[in-house]
Amino acid sequence: MLEINAVNSRIWSKLGSRGSFGVAMHDLGKSVEEIILVTADLGVLTGLTRFMDSYPNKFINTGIAEQNMIGIAAGMAKEGHNVFATTYATFITMRSYEQVRLNLAYMNLNVTLVGSGSGLVMGLSGNSHYGIEDIALMRSLPGMVVLSPADGAEVIKSVYAAAAHPGPVYIRLTGGMNNPIVYTEEYDFQIGKSVKLKEGDDVTLFATGTMVHESLMAAQLLQEQGIEAAVVNMHTIKPLDRAAIEQACLSSKLIVTVEEHGVIGGLGSAVAEYKSTLASSPPQLLIGLPDYFGKMGEYAYLLEKYGLTGKKIAETVINKFKEIAK
Amino acid sequence: MEIMAALYGAVMKHDPANPYWAERDRFVLSKGHGVLAYYSALAETGYFSTDELKNFEIDGGPLGGHPVLDMSRGMEFSSGSLGMGLSFGLGIALTSRTHNVPFNVYVLLGDGECNEGSVWEAAMAASHYKLGNLIAIVDRNNLQYDGTNDKVMDLMDFKMKWQSFGWEAVEADGHNIPEIYHALSNKKRSSDKPYVIIAHTIKGNGVSFMEHQRDWHHNRLTQAQYDQAVMELKERYAKEEGDFSC
Repeated sequence: MLEINAVNSRIWSKLGSRGSFGVAMHDLGKSVEEIILVTADLGVLTGLTRFMDSYPNKFINTGIAEQNMIGIAAGMAKEGHNVFATTYATFITMRSYEQVRLNLAYMNLNVTLVGSGSGLVMGLSGNSHYGIEDIALMRSLPGMVVLSPADGAEVIKSVYAAAAHPGPVYIRLTGGMNNPIVYTEEYDFQIGKSVKLKEGDDVTLFATGTMVHESLMAAQLLQEQGIEAAVVNMHTIKPLDRAAIEQACLSSKLIVTVEEHGVIGGLGSAVAEYKSTLASSPPQLLIGLPDYFGKMGEYAYLLEKYGLTGKKIAETVINKFKEIAK
Repeated sequence: MEIMAALYGAVMKHDPANPYWAERDRFVLSKGHGVLAYYSALAETGYFSTDELKNFEIDGGPLGGHPVLDMSRGMEFSSGSLGMGLSFGLGIALTSRTHNVPFNVYVLLGDGECNEGSVWEAAMAASHYKLGNLIAIVDRNNLQYDGTNDKVMDLMDFKMKWQSFGWEAVEADGHNIPEIYHALSNKKRSSDKPYVIIAHTIKGNGVSFMEHQRDWHHNRLTQAQYDQAVMELKERYAKEEGDFSC
């Protein structure tokens, strides 16, 4: 088991979410007998070269054929293998959506899908490569677990947790190399249980993936403005940590969701769906991507443009907070 | 029906009393709508009682209009959406290697189903991985919902298509059990190539009012139609009985 400490966190941050995934897979290749890794011609780009070299008999490349990849993964899982399948988030969740539904969700098979390059990190490659609907698609499938780790250390935690979970899991990898660090020491990671990273009574920021770090930055800026914001890392989007939402609704005047995903169907929607069932709850601000395909650009440019930096998140929250205080 | 009879009655290595037996041959019904023949084969060979067949398509029952993964009843795959079984079967076939257990995987596809691109993704990969233990059988009845294959989407030289994807391909009369048996038991075929049998069939074969009629893809018989169909089939099989010698 790879240990989270300051040195490792720095290495994993440098490697980014894909590189960290490669590190975790290599470790699983060694420790889990039934592991199989399947990819659709994206082994090298997804940081899996070491795995491919060390465990050639546990590695299957299907070529650029995502539908076939899912079918093969399912067939192998049915026979007892613990299968990880990976390619870009947009392709693994969309090109093969019906295969995922019928083969993995319907048959409840032990396959973990790992979608790399999710959110906006594919930058200049454009919308064809962005993962901005993947949460919506995956969380609507019965029985599917959806994980969205905050940094390299949590990518590793997510991979271990998915390997230990018997049914289908989707892990969404956001951010590029030199990802900001959230965790530098060990913590308790459980599927379905969020992690509160900062206390605060005025506002609760529920964030996922790269937006966890940005929300921590935003909370600091809000504090300077006299607004106490709690930050909760929703590393699991399904099953949703309802208790954490309920608790936040008791104390906060505003609930904020922050995600590198479209505002339709993502974390914001999941929180809103549950919140709407509560007898009384504060209003919600959904921070995410708008309902249109924007122009392409560098990753940092896109985050800034769509208000997904700590500073922009803080500004949006302040405006909404003032509005509801009136 | 004859294909299922040959598979479950003679070709496949299986034990209905032990559906989890590691060395059993696996069967994947990719054309999930062929479910009645499948359930009948499973019941006749003892995976469940033939009385259970009366529960076909009842509310909340286990024997729906398309099969659902249920290992205790010998069902290895949930189908109903076309073009997925060959990939699934391919994945299973690979585990014969990874687990070092000898078995064959038989996948039954429809010819209309071969319109799906995913079938050809799997066909390409099966020969790439030299899966001699993967056997596809295509029910070539030349009929799909909107008409004949040639009119809807011409499969052209179908055998050559499989061969060009690296498969060893043979053709057989899909209603002739000895012929299917011999094709499936071909000992001379290559051990490192996947193998396909294009089984020529007639939809509704042996029942005069059903033959070549796409309305009988999924339909319900009246008592009079049922009596006539049973009479015609009995007459036909009375003639053929005794022909089966291998």
